[in-house]
Amino acid sequence: MSAVLDKVGLDSETQKVVTTPLVENNPITLQVLGICSALAVTSKMSTSLIMALALTLVTAFSSAAISAIRNHIPGSIRIIVQMTIIASLVIVVDQILKAFAFDVSKQLSVFVGLIITNCIVMGRAEGYAMKNPPLESFWDGIGNGMGYSLILVTVAFFREILGAGKLLGFEVLKLTKDGGWYDPNGLMLLPPSAFFIIGLIIWGVRQWKPNQRETVDYKIMSIAHGEGGHH
Amino acid sequence: MPNQQKQCKHLEKVCNKLNEYESYRKFLIYKDKVLAMGNDSLEKTIAIALSLCFICAILVSFSAVALKPLQIYNKDLDMKKNILDVAGLLEEGMDIDKAFADKIEAKVVDLETGDYVENIDANAYDQRKAAKDPAQSVAIPKEKDIAHIRVKAKLAKVFLVKEGGSLKSIILPVSGYGLWSTLYGFLSLDPDGQTVQSINFYDQAETPGLGGEVVNPNWRALWKGKKVYAVTDQPSLEKGLIPEADVGEPALSLIKGTVDTSKPGSEYQVDGLAGATLTSTGVSNLIRYWMSQEGFAKYLSKVRVNQGAKS
Repeated sequence: MSAVLDKVGLDSETQKVVTTPLVENNPITLQVLGICSALAVTSKMSTSLIMALALTLVTAFSSAAISAIRNHIPGSIRIIVQMTIIASLVIVVDQILKAFAFDVSKQLSVFVGLIITNCIVMGRAEGYAMKNPPLESFWDGIGNGMGYSLILVTVAFFREILGAGKLLGFEVLKLTKDGGWYDPNGLMLLPPSAFFIIGLIIWGVRQWKPNQRETVDYKIMSIAHGEGGHH
Repeated sequence: MPNQQKQCKHLEKVCNKLNEYESYRKFLIYKDKVLAMGNDSLEKTIAIALSLCFICAILVSFSAVALKPLQIYNKDLDMKKNILDVAGLLEEGMDIDKAFADKIEAKVVDLETGDYVENIDANAYDQRKAAKDPAQSVAIPKEKDIAHIRVKAKLAKVFLVKEGGSLKSIILPVSGYGLWSTLYGFLSLDPDGQTVQSINFYDQAETPGLGGEVVNPNWRALWKGKKVYAVTDQPSLEKGLIPEADVGEPALSLIKGTVDTSKPGSEYQVDGLAGATLTSTGVSNLIRYWMSQEGFAKYLSKVRVNQGAKS
């Protein structure tokens, strides 16, 4: 990873901006942002790849644009300013998809437009781009977009292969209805299944990196050792 | 102003030209004044908001206008592809525009009378747009609106496939509500207006993997050879879910499970979609609606008469 980033010509500081959102500070698993679209577009690999690409580009360019004018954004309307920039970029992306990738844009339908309300884009604009220079903000957007993409594609991988026996539309597990052995799990094609998969991913990541575990706000009282006996 | 000079390095000519205008110079002075203001002053807030909206509006409208022709072309191509597909003429890698122009003829039909309407350009007519225009559409009475579409265009756009002068298939647009979405599709029939050749849905948002299987080629293949209108009375099926059909009425329906071809009436039945009862019911209803007197029944009977006269 860092060899590739060296080639692009990034110094170690910027490299960190790009790589930490992949696992260390992943927008979905740690920040728990952008869950809505992670549920909606992950029933197939192809749609999630395009969605991931669209979101990464929008996050990168909106962060860069917002950062470029950050010193002149009036505090009272800063969220609206961010929204306007993000919304404009999303419309442009939607228009480009409709012109050059019509089939995919048909499948993504409303979800491209919903990038506007994706918390990752807003979160990075407000949390990073408002305080950092444009180039760093751009790379921060790329990094967070890739962190989102990583989870999206992983979820889509499991949903497509378990739900339809396919990957990127190619048959991998032969389905019983076509004379094969695999009986697909219909739940995997419905949005709630993404909850389970994302939950499992979050659990896995926090097992691997215990520092991501949140501190417990309150302790559930155990009845046996608590004061008990009220009933 | 050093700032201004820096900006003009690349576009010297343009800037020199602009500098000739008094209002442009005033604009530059005002710009610097605004940028120097405190961020929270009312004037700066308004100025920033207005100029941001202006720039974003230019960006959005430029992309929308510049890409419009390509988008319309894509939509058009997609529609043609679907029509060729339902006519069984679609091949991998074919020139869709050419094949469509060669083999398929668009016609506009008045649903009220079942006659062709000759005085409008059939290729340019958009039935879905017309359905939304109060002047070109009619509201469907509630008790007749089994497909749950509320309004229909007075004129329908049908497609005919001809080969060597004789009619090969009739392609009819159908639409109706499923579980989540209105399904739009085409049903292609033999020239007898009775035997199904194929069906496809080009616009739907049913649950992927369940109702969304309406686009599955294996399921669509089950429709081939099915009959639309009852030749003998057909009983009501599945505890009244599928209504009975008297002779001459549309009887084609989706049933639960797999069709038993040995039973009488199986030519009017297609396998329902597993796990998608509401989408299946929606498809049954839209077929029944569009094949009824409200839909294409009058037109199809006229086609049959014409075909009879020819042969």
